[in-house]
Amino acid sequence: MNEMDDLTSSRFSDMPLRQSRWVGILGWAAFLAMVGAQAVGFALSRPERDMGHLQKILYVHVPVAWAMMIAYFMVFVASILYLMRRKERYDLFAAASAEVGVVLTALTLVLGSIWARPTWGVWWTWDPRLTTSAILLVIFAGYLALRSYTEDADRRARWSAAVGILGFLNVIIVYQSVRWWRSIHQVQSSPSTVDPSYALSLRLNAIAVLLVLAYLVARRYHAARLERVAESRMEVAALGEGGAHV
Amino acid sequence: MSWRTELSRAAALAWKDLTAERRTKANFNSVVFLAGMILLLFGFAFGPDANALRAAAAGVLWLTVLFSGVLAFNRSYQLELDGGALEQLLLYPGSRKTIFLGKLAANLAFVLLVEAILVPLAAVLYDLPLAKPFPGLAGVLLLGTFGFVTLGTFYAAMASRVRAREVLLPLLLFPMLVPVVVASVEATSAILAGDPMGDAGAWLRLLVVFDAIFFTASLLAFEHVIDE
Amino acid sequence: MARQTGPVSTTLGARDGGIAAVAVSDIARRFGRRWALRGVSLHVEPGTIAALVGHNGSGKTTLLRIIATTLRPTRGSGSVFGHDLVRDANRVRDLVAVLGHTPGLYGDLTARENLEFALRMSGRAPTRRDIDAALDRVGLAADANELVRTFSAGMQRRLALARVILRGARLILLDEPYAAFDADGIALVNGFLAEHKAAGGAAIVATHDPVRAAPVVDRFWAIDHGRVTPTEPALLLAAAAGRDPAAAFAATGAIVAGHADPKRAVL
Repeated sequence: MNEMDDLTSSRFSDMPLRQSRWVGILGWAAFLAMVGAQAVGFALSRPERDMGHLQKILYVHVPVAWAMMIAYFMVFVASILYLMRRKERYDLFAAASAEVGVVLTALTLVLGSIWARPTWGVWWTWDPRLTTSAILLVIFAGYLALRSYTEDADRRARWSAAVGILGFLNVIIVYQSVRWWRSIHQVQSSPSTVDPSYALSLRLNAIAVLLVLAYLVARRYHAARLERVAESRMEVAALGEGGAHV
Repeated sequence: MSWRTELSRAAALAWKDLTAERRTKANFNSVVFLAGMILLLFGFAFGPDANALRAAAAGVLWLTVLFSGVLAFNRSYQLELDGGALEQLLLYPGSRKTIFLGKLAANLAFVLLVEAILVPLAAVLYDLPLAKPFPGLAGVLLLGTFGFVTLGTFYAAMASRVRAREVLLPLLLFPMLVPVVVASVEATSAILAGDPMGDAGAWLRLLVVFDAIFFTASLLAFEHVIDE
Repeated sequence: MARQTGPVSTTLGARDGGIAAVAVSDIARRFGRRWALRGVSLHVEPGTIAALVGHNGSGKTTLLRIIATTLRPTRGSGSVFGHDLVRDANRVRDLVAVLGHTPGLYGDLTARENLEFALRMSGRAPTRRDIDAALDRVGLAADANELVRTFSAGMQRRLALARVILRGARLILLDEPYAAFDADGIALVNGFLAEHKAAGGAAIVATHDPVRAAPVVDRFWAIDHGRVTPTEPALLLAAAAGRDPAAAFAATGAIVAGHADPKRAVL
């Protein structure tokens, strides 16, 4: 009985059932930043000489691609931490990051295609960054599929950590190999090489997308921990008082 | 345990897998026939123009290796899952890496044997030169297959133990194989064309690097994956 | 005799002053949402044989797998001859042999090849003499070069027992060791356990059938819904008597007569 009380109090009492106020604030900040960034993008920056208003897709597309890479990097770091320390929270954090990463990758690909069709005349091109994004989508969809097929929590955590680490390492290798294979992409767009009004929009969007990333990961992570709380409540119900008296 | 003991354990495991395969031959025969069928199907897709076939040959060859070889990996663990042998395997003292090395060696031998039949068959069906580019071709087959089998052995350790293993293994494995496939296909087509641009060597060196990275990562991660 | 070929009879026993063969405390294990074990503590001393008696699904196999290090506990800790089950798992594996409820053999290898493989995998060079002796002991000498695929369930169990004998382990875990065995096979298991105990080794026998185990077991634990309680053999046997009074009577007789006598093992 004492052991059970210890178990429930020490391991789970620090797990808030109610979401921190900061997550809500983060959500509103992300929403307002997103709206503000688009307002600035449309009101202040002139239509680009060649691309016109199409240019504005890139304000979102490029930051979303950055955020996607950050999300996968978080999967990588959390997976290594999990294998080193075997703490469940790293596993849940890696899973939350991977979910958000997959959504952002899909968004990157869709925005890129919409932009590419009028600009290059094709929906798809075998460009290294585009191809790597598509492969990333499959790798981390596989990661999520593996999680959903694995029932034992301990095994799921170890397996998906291994897949997350190898998957992230592969990104760099895929990118390089496709680049050598074929490259027709324009030079990387970064804030310093474009008109100041474009740079402002890009920076604002980058901040907004980062806030969205942080908000979504925080929400998914919280949801995963809530599931764990529910399971631990069931555990207490299953083990009952005096469950450990032997 | 000393590294010599570990090496003899890995050899025992590989010998066991290959002996079981040699006795039944069921898996080997069906994989070879499947590979031959895939070569014919690609022929229908790209042919009958001989030049078009020859141009596509390198890619067709590697995709055939992938689609047929992938069947070997789950089967290699299925031997352990039938009758609870994996449980016994995990009870022996010693490094888990040894299990990976033993499985890798057996799978490598299996896929290379399939290729020994597949490549001459492709040469006949697609009218490819074999004799002159043989050393280079053998090199790229060895290096490309090593990368393929390393990742296949690693991912099958997980995929073979879940419900949807037939779907899950290709889903996990194929995107990881992109670098190996790109380098292998480029090297193979350069070698088959007589290496006019002299870039086969660069692709081969790249394959060595990919193999080393994937082998190290899989070996290190394997013990987290094989344990129950 | 096979037993003399391994290190069993020469090295077991005396050298672990006071270290328990098995000590687990508050072990729990969850599979998905189902709790197979809910806080189990038990001790087994060297030179004793413990029986875990419970129905299918009571957690017997899970507990054995945790002690054998093939499964990590969700919580709790334990040791085998002083080596921690999680941190020193490799040391533990050196000391444990398991007769699982699946035989864990390769059907496309012969009986002899299966044993050779097991010895090589445990880091020992297989010698023909050891293997012949073990096969002879379990009554498979004539089938040594047959493929295991052709064996009956009982023969596969015998071969798995030969593998346990060859390992010469100090702790032996047996999961339903009497399943698929005829009277002769049951005597074989109990005879081996009695020798193992006399040599200072320890064993845990998981079974739903206390009657078969009674002749060699020193201590009974009842396991039910993932919880373990020490229990009196008489209670278990009385419960078993409901199903098979004659067998219960014979087993009680065996206990009264001194349960270490392997000759009484044939019930």
